[in-house]
Formats: sequence, C-alpha cells, structure tokens
Amino acid sequence: MFHQAIWEEKLIFEKSGRRTLKLPNEDVKLNVNIPTDLLRDNLNITDNEEYEVIRHYVRLSQMNYGVDLNTYPLGSCTMKYNPKISEEIVSMDQIKYVHPLQDESTVQGSLQIMYELQEYLKEIAGMDAVTLQPVAGADGEFTGLLLVRAYHENRKDFKRTEIIVPDSAHGTNPASSTMAGFTTIEIKSNENGMVDLDALEAALSEKTAAFMITNPNTLGIFEENIIKIAKMVHEKGALLYYDGANLNGIMGKTTPGKMGFDIVHFNLHKTFATPHGGGGPGAGPVGVKNHLAEFLPVPIIGFDGKRYYFDYNVKNTIGKVTGFYGNFAVLVRAWAYIKMQGGNGLKEVTEMAVLNTNYLRKKLQGYYDLPFKELRKHEVVFSGTNFKPYGIKTLDIAKRMLDYGLHAPTIYFPLIVEEALMIEPTETESKEDIDKFAEIMIKIANEAKESPDLLKNAPQNTAVGRIDEVEAARNPILSWKMLKK
Amino acid sequence: MDEKTEMMDFIGISNIDELFVDIPEDVRIEKLKIPDSIDEHTLRIEAKNILSKNKSFFDMPSFIGAGVYNHYIPAGVYAIGSRSEFYTAYTPYQPEISQGMLQTLFEYQSYIAELTGLDATNASMYDHASALGEAARMAHSINEKKEILIPKNLTWQKKSVLWNYIKGLGMNIIEYNYEENTGKIDLEDLKNKINQNTSAVYAENPNFFGVIDDHVLKIRELGKFIFIAGINPISLGILKPPADYGADIAIGEGQIIGNPMNFGGPLLGIFATKMEYVRKMPGRIIGMSKDRNGKRAFVMTLQTREQHIRRARATSNICSNEALCAVFSASYLSFLGRSGLKRLAEINVQRANDVREKIASINGFRNAHNSLHFNEFVIKLPRSEMDIHRYLLSKNIHGGYLLNTWNKNAFPELGDAMLFNVTEVHTDEHIEKLLSALREVQ
Repeated sequence: MFHQAIWEEKLIFEKSGRRTLKLPNEDVKLNVNIPTDLLRDNLNITDNEEYEVIRHYVRLSQMNYGVDLNTYPLGSCTMKYNPKISEEIVSMDQIKYVHPLQDESTVQGSLQIMYELQEYLKEIAGMDAVTLQPVAGADGEFTGLLLVRAYHENRKDFKRTEIIVPDSAHGTNPASSTMAGFTTIEIKSNENGMVDLDALEAALSEKTAAFMITNPNTLGIFEENIIKIAKMVHEKGALLYYDGANLNGIMGKTTPGKMGFDIVHFNLHKTFATPHGGGGPGAGPVGVKNHLAEFLPVPIIGFDGKRYYFDYNVKNTIGKVTGFYGNFAVLVRAWAYIKMQGGNGLKEVTEMAVLNTNYLRKKLQGYYDLPFKELRKHEVVFSGTNFKPYGIKTLDIAKRMLDYGLHAPTIYFPLIVEEALMIEPTETESKEDIDKFAEIMIKIANEAKESPDLLKNAPQNTAVGRIDEVEAARNPILSWKMLKK
Repeated sequence: MDEKTEMMDFIGISNIDELFVDIPEDVRIEKLKIPDSIDEHTLRIEAKNILSKNKSFFDMPSFIGAGVYNHYIPAGVYAIGSRSEFYTAYTPYQPEISQGMLQTLFEYQSYIAELTGLDATNASMYDHASALGEAARMAHSINEKKEILIPKNLTWQKKSVLWNYIKGLGMNIIEYNYEENTGKIDLEDLKNKINQNTSAVYAENPNFFGVIDDHVLKIRELGKFIFIAGINPISLGILKPPADYGADIAIGEGQIIGNPMNFGGPLLGIFATKMEYVRKMPGRIIGMSKDRNGKRAFVMTLQTREQHIRRARATSNICSNEALCAVFSASYLSFLGRSGLKRLAEINVQRANDVREKIASINGFRNAHNSLHFNEFVIKLPRSEMDIHRYLLSKNIHGGYLLNTWNKNAFPELGDAMLFNVTEVHTDEHIEKLLSALREVQ
C-alpha cells in the first residue's frame, strides 16, 4: 500500500538558526544615509543554515505529488511526462542569465528559438501569425479576446459586446470575456453533450463579438457540427475562438484553422509537455488568421534571412499583455518537445492519447456512469451518481484514490455532468499503467458499495487527512503574520 | 500482439483511424509540415549551437535593469526548484497529497506579508505589469471609480499592459509628473490631479529611475482612493513596508527574489492587500487549516472569488500562475534570512551610489537626479544614447537602458540618458571595465 512521507515539518518561521550563506560583496561598508522616516524598524523573519533550508524544502517536496511519481489524470490539464532534456537546456547560462532588454545582436539564439516556435505553432494550428507573449492559457484567452475587440472596433462595429460560450466551457472563458470588457452569454449543450445549434442560432446576433469553444469539448467529445458552427458564426459577422486546452486530442489530424476558427490559444504546459510547476508557469501563445494579424501584441519575432529581429511594426497592435516576450524558458521547452516529436510524432501523440482514453473508458464502463456517447478524444467524463445510494460522492472517490498513491481526476467539472470525474490519461501512460489505474478505480467502485466508510474516511495514507475547507474560508489564515495575531 | 493492438482489440477497432471518424473529412489534414523527430543528443547539440549566439552575463557584463534584475541566486535555490515532486505537479487541487507545495506557497505568502506589512497575499500573479493591471481592476471593483493615476516615469510596456487590463472597464489612465531635479514624485502635480473620480493612485519606491522616494510617505494624506504601492522586494530589507505609509495594495516584481532573468520570463507578480479587501483580490490564495484529526494542514482557500466557481463574475480570469517561481522566491528568502536580506539591500544601495558617483565624475557624464538611489540611476550622456550603447557593446559590455530610444522618447527633459543598474553581482572588475570604457567615449 502507498504511504506518503509524513514529516512534522514546522513553518520555516518557527525554526531559528544562523545564516551560513555569504553574499557577493558581503563586506561593503554602508556609508550613505537612508532617510530615517523611510527606514524599516524590524523584519520578522528568521536566519537559517543552508543545510537546514535544503532539508526543509526537500522534506516538503516529499509531501507533494507530481507526474514523476505516478499517473496524474487531471482532465483538461494534460499532465503528460515532462522530458528531462528540456530542463537541461533551460538551465544553460545563455537562457538564465540573459536580460530581456539586451541588444538584439546579443540574443540571436533566443530569437531564433522563438521564431521557430512561432512557425511550428502556426502549422499545428493552421493559423497565419502567432504571438508568444501570453504567459498562461487564461492569459491567451484574454489576449485573444482583446484581439476580437480590436478587430470589431477597427471596423467601426461598436455594438458587438457579447461573447457566447457553451455551458460546458472552462471557467476561464467567461472570466476572460469579462476582463476584456464583454458580456458572456452561456448556451445549453444538447442531449449529446455538444453545441446545441438552435441555442447557438438564438444567441447569435449583431451584438455577438465571438463564439468561444474548445474542440474536442470538455467532455472529450469532438463537435461534429463544427463546419456548420463556423458558418453560422461568420455569417453573423462574429469570430470563432478556439480554446486550445484540448489540442492534445486532434494534433496532426485536423487544425483549428481548417475547422474555421479565427483565433487559437495554446497551452504549452499541456500539449507541449512543459512542466506545470505546481500551478505555473505555463505559456499561452495565441495564433490568428491573417485578418487579425494586424492587431497582435508587439513584438513579433521576424527573420530577414540572416538575422532574427523584434518586429514592432504591427499596424494596429493592441500593445502589450505582459511585460516582455512571454515565458521564454517555457517556450524553449515546448520548442525542444516539438523538435523531438517531429511532425509525425505529434500526430502519434494524439493517436496514443485518444487510444489510451478510449481504452480506459471501455475498462471503466459499467463501473461508473458514462453520460453521452462512447467515442472520446483526449479525455472522458464519468459520473459518480451511481454511488448515491451508498452515500458516496465523487469527492469521496477522489480522496480514496489518493490512498492508492494516485492523483484524482478533475472533479465536479464540467458543470453539465453531475458528480463529474474528468479523466485524461495522456499518451505517455503505458497500457500497464492504465490497467493499474483502472484496476484501482474498479476496486474503489466496489469499496463504495461494500465498505463506503473507507471512502468517507479517506485519505488515510497521505501526509494529512481530509481538510476542513469550509473552516479555512470562514477564518482565513493566509500568512505567518496572521497566525501570530 | 503489441500493446497498441491489444488495446485496439479491447475497444473493438482494427485501425486507429476509427477513433477519429467523428472528425469531418473536409477538415482532416494529411500531415504536419514540421521536420521529422530528432533524438535527444541531436537536440542537445542543436540547442547548444543556437544558444551560443546569446550573450549571458557571464559572457558580457551587463548593467541593464529596468524591471528585470540580475541578482545572485544561491545554488540551493536551483536545487530546491529542481525537485520534480514540485515542478511536475499542478495546482494543488487535492490538498492532502500536495501539502509540500501548499506549505511552500504559504511560506511565500508569509514572506510577502512580512515584507509589505499587508496580511493578505496571493500565491502569485504573472509579473509586475499584470499585477498592476489586476490591482487597478481591483481598485475599481472596490470603489467603482474610473481614474487611475500613475507616474509618468514608467516603461511604455507597463503602461500598455495596464491599459489593456482596464480599458474594458471604461477606466482612464492619468499620468502625474516627477520633480526634475530629484526624480521624486511631484506631490503638487499629483494632488492637483486627484479628484472625486480617482479610483487609485499608483506610486513606486524605489521608482523607475532607481530613486528612493520619501514622497510616498505623503500620498495617503492626499485623499480617499486605493493606494497601490509598487515595491522592490529586496529594498524592503531596509525600507519601510508599504503598509506603514498607508498602501492598500502592494505589487512588485518577484523575479528579483531568487528567479533567473530567463530573457524576461517566467517572472513573478507580487500581490498583497489588506484583509478587508481580500475577497476582491485576484489569484490563488493558500490558507492554513486543520485536517480531520486536528493536524495543521494547508489548502487553497477563498476560491469563490475564482473563475472556476464564479465564472464571468470572478475577480480575475487567472488560473495557472507562477507557482514554481514562488517556490524559488520562498527558498531564496529562507537562505538569506533577515540578516541576509538587510545586508543585500544595503549592498545594493551602497554599490549603486558609489558607481553613480564614479560615472558622474567622468567628464561629460552627469547625474540626472539629486537623490539617493537603490540599485539603479540615471546618467545624462555626452553623446547620443545609441552611440554610447554601441561603443560599450564593441567593448563587450552591455550598458544601461536607453531612456528615450527604448521608451518612445518619453523623457525629453533628460536628453540623452541611460538608466544603469548595479547590484551585488557586479564585481570590481566589471565596474572598472565599464568606467574605463566610458572614459574613452567622452
């Protein structure tokens, strides 16, 4: 049985020691006067020995779960294996110790990598131009929607204030729409879990700025009516936006460009195997068709056949969405991944991801409810409703999975599936690992009926037991400073 | 039978294409026009070749800052950040199995709370610029007013990011001036621009020119608005925390504390506020709670503000943040501790002001501002910005930031001017090399 490490690790502030680290120029004498009314009285943090800091965080790391430990089936997050060569490359001084505002002549290597990545992403998405500047998926959405706004305003079409999204959409879609100054219209999915064409028709109007969808959608179902959808949206003068969170389900098989999308954002930390970093950094480049290229953020990376350069000459640019050129060290990892996969390899990635998903789907059918059709792409959503008679919720199933040394799937999303369990195995898991995963989920399904307390009391084998989240929100303690009060 | 065939058999298909029959034929593609797969060794060679065209700080001493700074990063920080239990995890959606990341992020938040004096901090924004955008949106959601006042001396990039974040709210940006001789906030001008429409005032200390600006102490008394303080986290080793001079929100660039420059990304947006505004704050927040057995445990909290629950009404759209950079920062601050951070801040002030005096003593070079500086300072040049920049490059030195050439000629009053950055990483040899090159150009 799995047992996570349990270190009774105090907060770093509850330890005390002395500083063993010596600073460069440590002995410089301070002989300037800082205005006394600007001087700080005290700083309430501790000094620590170097070894103690290392022990502290290594112990903490042992109480954390990553892809490098076991299957991490979070739906819509695409937790695939992160190649180690990428970590080696980004540890080079020519990446770490290069300043973003250095003269172009001193950063030709960085620019070449960015240029090549732009080209690859254009091809993968079937787009005409790409910006690498957004630093996360949601940041890509925000950027894409600023482009939507710029496009309509440039045509003096100021009445387009609405973004339509399906009710199965990622939460970031409506949130990004608000940030870009739009109102969100949510439409119901049909009985097959797909876009309801009548509902879309009813929602579309001269006020529609864009329709924002992901395809395959969050159920892992490919929107078969995509050609019709694109036509309907464009006929109304609106744009079609592709949320690239689920790109792993279609690479090399089709492209958003082919499907009729005008704008795409990528999640490099998902599809292109850059590490998720415990929550970030990610990267969320945006690709567009020609008619939107004149609005892209600056700079774009150009190449004149000899030299790579920053191109600030974008006619109606929206300006900047983050301070510099995006999460460069993440971009490099995605570039390395694409190089190692090659065009054919990317197609195989998708084939294996979809094969793995459907294999797992078939294995679990009969044990967990499967709403909607069978054929899925990169992910599948089950429902835990069949365990209601035993007083078991999806949350209990998820917590029990932790006891077996597995991360849980995404739960309670998408919102249109009751008690949802959203599973994305990715292509990097072998048959053996998927079999093991399925075996454990089946075991838990049986436990739910035979000994539900095992689930209700889970997890037992993790560093801590189930946490009181309600109390945490009711009496928030957000820092050591608040704890001391 | 190979695994793939076994799996296909199990599903009941004989060809992988059967899994893609739901993609209409009209939109299918044959293949991606991307070169064929290469092996790891070939990639290693190619990456090294391409990157050898970059000049790192170790290839060419550099004196450029302007938002991203080169500081010494202990080897231990990289060791901790390379633990794959941390870096191959995602957002700690299952807290019981993610206590390591959660406690580390709680410690990061705690460090920021101690440094800024503000109780509530989030687990990171994208960067300083986006944190400014989010802070302006937050101010608007608190008081529903339309104007944000910002210093004239900011980079155009930061202003542009801010504008993109707030234009959807119908907000306006109004710039206030700085005093030409000191580089400090022109309090008279700021005061005149504050009115009943003012949602927020943004001010930095040290400011874009590196000036340590005691005028920030006078801002709070100018009226009722959300005061957003821009901070440099290292400077807070010696400088007064923004909470002490009335800031409601503090933001800053966290790359500075323990993260490499990485050609400008990833960076780390610092964001802190008062508890009374916490429910308006964007971003992930880690809280301390207890597990079923009463044991201390950490968990993401106050999530009803966030996009996955509140959707169109969320405080922000942010989902992925810069968590791993926050791990770097937490461990960095742990290595330095109280004494190290204080000493580091002192070293930065002393070095910058020493080098500034030395450059200003060269014929033709002049100090632009008669103030104390943190680790950056403006020098007026005897020749064009580009001339001097190119001359330094020819000597294998990267000079400072070209204040007009690279910033849309925003500072005509400065003429040709360069913003130099000096930190603890610059050795006496680096500095002597810069000085002797500058002596040659006069």
